[in-house]
Amino acid sequence: MSRLVQRLGWPGTLALACILGFVAIGILAPLIAPWPAQGAGAPNVAARLMPPSADHWLGTDHLGRDMLSRLIYATRVSLSNGMLIVAFSLLIGLPVGLAAGYFGGWVDEALMRVTDVFLAFPALLLAVLMAASLGPGFLNSVIAVSVTWWPWYARLARAEGLVLRGQPYVEAARLAGVSHPRIILRHILPATARPLTVQAALDVGPALLTAAALSFLGLGVLPPTADWGQMVDAGRKFFPDRWWYSAMPGVTIFIVALSFSVLGDALRDRRKGAARASA
Amino acid sequence: MPLPDTTPLLEIRGLSVTIPTPEGDVHAVRAVDLEIGRGDIHGLIGESGSGKTMTGMAMLGLVPKGSRIGAARFHFDGQDLRQQASRLRGRRIGMISQDPAAALNPVLSIRRQIDDVLRTHRDLPRVARRAEALALLAATGLPDPEKVLRSYPHQLSGGMQQRVVIAQALATGADFLIADEPTTALDVSVATQVLALLRRLVAERNLTVLMITHDMDVIAEACDRVTVLYAGRSVETGPVEEVLNRPAHRYTRALLGALPDAVPRGARLAVVEGSFEDPEPGPDPEGAV
Repeated sequence: MSRLVQRLGWPGTLALACILGFVAIGILAPLIAPWPAQGAGAPNVAARLMPPSADHWLGTDHLGRDMLSRLIYATRVSLSNGMLIVAFSLLIGLPVGLAAGYFGGWVDEALMRVTDVFLAFPALLLAVLMAASLGPGFLNSVIAVSVTWWPWYARLARAEGLVLRGQPYVEAARLAGVSHPRIILRHILPATARPLTVQAALDVGPALLTAAALSFLGLGVLPPTADWGQMVDAGRKFFPDRWWYSAMPGVTIFIVALSFSVLGDALRDRRKGAARASA
Repeated sequence: MPLPDTTPLLEIRGLSVTIPTPEGDVHAVRAVDLEIGRGDIHGLIGESGSGKTMTGMAMLGLVPKGSRIGAARFHFDGQDLRQQASRLRGRRIGMISQDPAAALNPVLSIRRQIDDVLRTHRDLPRVARRAEALALLAATGLPDPEKVLRSYPHQLSGGMQQRVVIAQALATGADFLIADEPTTALDVSVATQVLALLRRLVAERNLTVLMITHDMDVIAEACDRVTVLYAGRSVETGPVEEVLNRPAHRYTRALLGALPDAVPRGARLAVVEGSFEDPEPGPDPEGAV
């Protein structure tokens, strides 16, 4: 524990704890939600739009469902949304960037011009377009955001590939007849791991926000499944009189996005420190 | 008993490498003849920019993009290198680079780096590859190969690193090694050991070596035959004692005259006339040759 604090610093450790806490909440949702049935979407119209109370700590929504339970269930959707977007983007961007950087020449040109096409559009607009043409739904919203996201990873991986392919040990491996895929796996990929983990951690927050924005626009998950963005949107009609409806999911998004951002910063600083120490 | 193969392993006639640049063509290699017999250590000596490294690179098929290779004959063991270089590279032709520290990945263990090469070239199970790696390290005269196998490059001295690089080159199963200034990064006593090691490996494993260097001592110490390169041309070739003792070409004489031990203490060193920096685009400096 103290080693972790030493490596990440207090803010980073707190952020990590926070994220792990939310992950745990998501996994254990049915066990810890005070009203599991309502969390999953069962209405309780007798208690519509109740302010926070002993029974409903964070109040109830327009169908009388316990806000806390809804938020806990929405954690599953929103967190996996954010992480899946980053994972999908890495899955596309990493191979594209590595190939472009390592092979160079026309491979690089071709791949990077394709990436440029995606970067030429405003990210949110492209995501909205994609989501609208794919239709709403969890997986579709993940795909829609990933499409706007992967070029950044491609660029990052390309930059590392460019630097490393000129290293004499990479040339030596080539001269020894080691195949391209093996060289990429052995010599190039490991070097991209650190900058990319930092970027990925920093990106989960914004990814989650973008996914929330799609949900807010009605292009994310469909009711009765909840996610945070969709809850903010649903509460908008009752704002500001029933402020808790939009505020609670909003604050949750804020905490999670901030945590990822702080963790990313901590990871980056740790990397810098490591570079200094070895220099 | 089969007759020993007396055809040369490497046969090059009139090799030229022309590299196009925006300022015009650079004639890195103009006319190189090279014939290397099996089991020889053949020196290729010349100053910077004389084309010695580019000649080696051409054999590996690693010339800059767009370069033109011309030759009347460019054969390795009967195969035309113009078509076969990329196939032979790493299979029959290995390379020992100048700076062993740079040729090894600093974050991978020696075991990993030798194993990758063995895995590429030999169809052996894991355990056998490990045994082979140990044998190769032992063959390069490294004490305690077990320990070296577990080490990372920074834990080894320069001489040990160069031995690892040699072991890696042997791991490909190549029988022809191009050693590009293999001792430049090493201090004198270690360099002597590495040269002795190369000689021993050549004898034991029936290797052939092209030794690219600018150092007359390396030639005298390790080579059987030598070819002198000047301005992209091979100007003289022959057995080492002959070329060093009775240089026929005036450039070779000038080169030998420029060695510090060739002149009495206090006297000026000879200057190699017409010497030039990296080859520039433009007409052949015919006058210099």
